[in-house]
Formats: sequence, structure tokens, C-alpha cells
Amino acid sequence: MSVRRSIAYFPYFARISFRSRLGIFMTLIFPVVLILMFGAIFSNVGSSRVGLSVENLDQNSPSSQQFLAGLNATGVVSVSMVSVSAGNLSDYVAHNGLVAGLVIPQGFGASLANHSTVRLLLFTNPSSASAAGQVQGAVQGVSNGMNLRIAGGTDLVTYVNMNAGSHVYTYIDYLVPGLIGFSILVSPMMQMVNLSSTWKREKLFRQLSLTPLTRGEWLFATLLWYVVLAFVSTALMVGLGVLVFGAHVTITALALPFLIVGPVLFVSIGLLAGTVSKTPEAAAMIGNIITFPMMFLSGTFYPVSMFPSWVVPIAHLLPLYYLIDGLNQALLFGNTTAALTDLAIVIVLAVVIALAATHAFSWREERGEVFARGTAVHDGFQHTPAS
Amino acid sequence: MIRLASEIYQRRQKSKRDQSETSSSATGRGNGAGPRPSASSTPVIEVDHLEKSYGKVGAVNDISFTVHAGEVFSFLGPNGAGKSTTVEILEGLRHRSNGEVRVLGLDPWTRLDRLKPRIGVIPQDFHFFPKLTPREAVRLYARLFDCPIDVDELLARVELTDKADAHYDTLSGGQHQKVGVALSLVNDPEVCFLDEPTTGLDPRARRSIWDVIRRLRKEGRCVFLTTHYLDEAQVLSDRIAILNFGKIIATGTPDALISQFGRPERIRVVGDPALSDRLRPMGLPMSQRDGAVEVEMRSKNDALPILQAVSTSGLRWESFSTVNDSLEDVFIRLVGRVENNGTEPVGGEGVAS
Repeated sequence: MSVRRSIAYFPYFARISFRSRLGIFMTLIFPVVLILMFGAIFSNVGSSRVGLSVENLDQNSPSSQQFLAGLNATGVVSVSMVSVSAGNLSDYVAHNGLVAGLVIPQGFGASLANHSTVRLLLFTNPSSASAAGQVQGAVQGVSNGMNLRIAGGTDLVTYVNMNAGSHVYTYIDYLVPGLIGFSILVSPMMQMVNLSSTWKREKLFRQLSLTPLTRGEWLFATLLWYVVLAFVSTALMVGLGVLVFGAHVTITALALPFLIVGPVLFVSIGLLAGTVSKTPEAAAMIGNIITFPMMFLSGTFYPVSMFPSWVVPIAHLLPLYYLIDGLNQALLFGNTTAALTDLAIVIVLAVVIALAATHAFSWREERGEVFARGTAVHDGFQHTPAS
Repeated sequence: MIRLASEIYQRRQKSKRDQSETSSSATGRGNGAGPRPSASSTPVIEVDHLEKSYGKVGAVNDISFTVHAGEVFSFLGPNGAGKSTTVEILEGLRHRSNGEVRVLGLDPWTRLDRLKPRIGVIPQDFHFFPKLTPREAVRLYARLFDCPIDVDELLARVELTDKADAHYDTLSGGQHQKVGVALSLVNDPEVCFLDEPTTGLDPRARRSIWDVIRRLRKEGRCVFLTTHYLDEAQVLSDRIAILNFGKIIATGTPDALISQFGRPERIRVVGDPALSDRLRPMGLPMSQRDGAVEVEMRSKNDALPILQAVSTSGLRWESFSTVNDSLEDVFIRLVGRVENNGTEPVGGEGVAS
């Protein structure tokens, strides 16, 4: 094994990978698009308000204005005023796909002043049951508050709302390690499956085998390239997560081994899949069968804790789960013990699969291909005139 | 017909004996390749009773030959004859089933690390990384072989200077092969294995590769060429081995093969088909095709009697010419009709006896 030859081959492999569109897309563009997209869609999940369309038929009364101000102050609903003919708010909510509509009846203020009962009409959309429940809670809460004040009562039971744990974790905090794991999975897997099967078909391994470069040196340079890519995509994900979405992620030394062992694991799986497949098409299929469940069930886009309980044991069978969990422990929670446990699991998997892949992957004596040629029909005789 | 078959069989047996001696040296020359220095007697490639099988299918069946330094040695045969399998065994890419193989005195399978720096290879269906340029390809090889070379000079030698910085996938078929040639020369090899280097190329590109091969020979390198282009083998080779069904069925210089396995010189008369009936009493082997009668001559002395018989026949005739077998004719006779029943040559095309 000559590291010199690995290093000599490395920049050329970098060019080969980088100049292929698939390589650039999978490595850089795809994860960036994902973090920007998911970040933009979900980063405000915790604080977003539910829309409430209000038809105020008692606009001039201070009480109705007070009630609306109370609703806004809950932070749960976002009030927007509508004006539809009386009694049609139900249809309006249903037809426009809104969550809820509230009618403040005429004489609302006067009734309160007379201490007589007044009925608000709340229409909720059954298709948004959970958001509608939040609106109901808000309307109920503001109504109770007004009743209490008018009756001259005092709040005896109060509460303070706090987040669980010592830090406040938002969706983007989980998304950053998830997408780092995603990059470490997808780019090496897809490219290695593709590379090992097409290089076999195009006989590029045979071509390399004619040089002093050995299989081990080739593999070392390839791994090195994907480790470099893992560091680059980690920098990108953390950078974008922190700068654009204010993620609370800290790069710690504990995260670094994951960025080395992760690529080793997925390069090996990709190499194994590409090597055992007879055609690049079959390889791509095997690659997808391995990649897709892992991509969605390992906590890439959502923390595994959010999954239904029956999915969790399945996630625990996927190698990517331990990589992402380890990155979460290292980057978010700073839990060394948990991170090291995950790391140990990833290392064992990486070593086992790397050994299997190295065993299966040979670039001399390709049996099937020769056999086909050995039985060829004698019809290939050609002749062109001599000069 | 039977007579001819047995004659060819006897010749083949003789050729087998010659072949097993593995000491034949290049005495003859191909046509048109210009003056060549005679090959040195140093054996560069030694193959002794080589066999290779895949399961029960034998791809190479007990072949032996020796190639010397400075020699262009060609393997000629139809697809599936075992040419590439043999070459790949010599290159250390495949393991042999039986027999002995030495290239530059080394066993290619076990000592490939020692052999690689000394051999150059263009494999069959040569491909390279689509997004690397010829310049990058040559630089990569130079770094892997750890031999500093003048990249521009090497690219100029294979006429790739204009395309030095174009991605491989934008080059033509001929240029692809030239990249292969350039890569095979990076380490200044003593032996070059060229496995069907001109397959699929247009005539101009083929000739350009031929020039490179001639230059390799002039530089004193041993060139092992496989091809199924007969003209290529005839023009470039010092010696040729014809392979069929994994066996060497003939070996020698192009001229020797033609004189050994070709039919005797013939008089070809274009004219009335009934001419053959008038010529038959002469007792010479005859064939008839494309509106002409061909009569084999035992010696030059048969020419006049044949023409006299034609002239006095009173039948219509338009022209006559003498015909000699080419390497292609020899190849067809040895290989063309043996596909149905194994390795036994059964004769040439339409020969009457």
C-alpha cells in the first residue's frame, strides 16, 4: 500500500466526481436545497399562529375590539377581519379552506354592559381538527377572561409555560444533523453504486489495474474524497442552519469521528451493492432499496421521537439512525456517552461492511463477462482492404 | 475434396510440430511494412501448454508459443477464438487453468507488481474516464508509474496535441484509441500488448494506429497484437498465429502461412461456364464462381496448356489472369469452414477435385 499513489490518484478522482453532474448535485446542491426548503417551511412551526376569520357585526363597541385584542394577545390565533353576509361565514370558511371563522353578533357590547348573555358563533373546519382545537381554546380562554373581569373576579390559579430540557430546541436544530447524515448517506451511496457498476461495465477498473495503483490504494483515495465531502457538507449545513435559520448547533470534536466513519460505512455499502449487481440498472435499484427507507426513517427530516411507536424499532435497525443520533448527541445535546455508543455501532457496521465489500470487489478476472465471450459465435470476422 | 482435406490436415500436423518446438524465429516479413530489423532471439513471452477454462468450457486449449524482443507477433482469429483470454492471461488480468506463462521472465499472475512497470497494454474495448482530458490521463499515469515524462511530447507522438485538453467523451473513436496508446507508453514499456486496437475505427484512424505500431517496433519493443483484421496482421506482423476454438491452428510469417496453407497459383478465365468441362481432362483442381473458372497450376509450365485448351475450345472467353491466395484466403480456408464441427479444417471454398 503506497499512500503516495493514493494521493496521486486523489485529485483525478476528485475531478472525475466533480465533473459529473450527478456528483455535484448529490454532494452540494441537493442538501443545500433541502435545508433551505425544509428550514423555510418548518423553522417557525413552534410560533406560527392559526388564522381566524372574524366577522364583527358590532364594530363600534369597545368590548368587541377588546375581545379581538385579547385573541391576538394569546399568540395562538391571527385575526383577520372579513365581511360576508350574515349567516354565510360557515360556507365562507368551508369554501376557502380556512381553519375557523368567528361571528361577533350585533349588540355584543351592549349585552355585556347589561350583564346579559351573548352568544359568539365559532365555525371550525373539521379537516383541520388540531388547529381548530387551538382556536377553540383561544376563544374559550379570552371569553373566560372577559367573564371573570366583568364579574370582578381574580385569577387564583396561574401557570408559566416552559420548554422541556435546559435548551430550547426547534425543528431546525434537529434538521441540521439530520441533513448532515443525509449528505453522508446519499452522496457516497448513490455515487458508489453508480460508479462501481458502470466502471465495471466500462472496464475502468481493469484500466486502473494495469497501473501500479492497487485496490487498497484506490479505496483509500475514494474514502478520503468522501470524508472531505462530508466535512464540506457539514460546514455548509451548519453554516446555513446557524446563519439563515438561527440553529443552535455547535461543532464539537465528538462530531468529527462520525464524519470519517460515516462515509466509510456508506461507501462500503454502495461499493458492495454495485459490485454484486450484474448491471448498472440492477445496482441502481438495489441502491434505492437500501437508501430510501434509511433516508426517511432514520431521523433525517424529523426526529425519530416524532414517529409512531411502531416505526421506532425499524429505525433502530438502520445504520443511518446511529449516525444521525450520534450527530445529534454530539452537535446538540453534548451527550458524550450516548454519542460514543452510537459511534461504536457505526464503526462496527463500517468495518464489517467494508470487509465484505473489499472481499467481493475485485478488478481482475471478471468471470461472467469472459464466459460470454468464450461461447461467442464465430461471426465476427472482418476485412478491410490493406493500404 | 477429401484429398484436399487430408492435405490440409497433414500441413496442420506439421505446423503443430513446428509450434511445439517453440523456437521458430522471424524470417519472413509482412508486405508493405518497409525494412525491419531482424528480431533478436531473446524470448520475451514464453507460453507453454497454456489452458484456460470457465467451468466446462475451454477458452484456451493447450497452446504454446514464444515471442522474441523486437518482434511484432499477431494473434489472428475469429471472435471467441481465445485471443483476448490469452492476452489477458499474459497481462496478469486473468488466472490460467494450466500450463506455464512467462513475460520478461516473470509469472504475470503472481509477479504482476514487478511486471506492470515493464509492459504497456491497450485492452480490448479501451475506455477511459469520460470527464478527464488526454493530458490529465497521461499525467495521472505518469504519477501512478512514478516516471516523469514530457506529457506534450507523448501526446504529440500519438497526434493528440490538438485534443490534449478536451474531455475524453468528446473525442472520436480513433482519438480514444490514441489515448489508449499514449497511456500504454507512459512507462516506456519493453512489451506492448495491443488487444484489437483498431476495431471499429475508420480506415484513416486505423492507418494512424498502424504508424504508431510500426514506430514501437522500430524502437525495438516487442509488440503482441491481436486482431481480426487480416490486412492489419499481414502488413504489421513479423509472425502470426492463427487461433480457432482456443487452439493455434497455424503459425509462421505471413508469407510462410500463405505459401504453406494457400492454394497453388491459379489461372482465372472469365467466360463460358462450359469451359470447365473442356479443361477437366487436364486433371488439375478447378473451381468455378462469379462467372469465372479457376484452374490450379502444379507449376508455371501448366499455364500455356491451360490457355491453349481455352483457346482451342471454341467457347466464348473474355479475359484471364493469375490469382494468388492472400492471408485472408488462408484464414478462410483454415477457420471459415470449421465452425460446425470443432477444430478440424475441412477445406477451402468450392474447390472441385
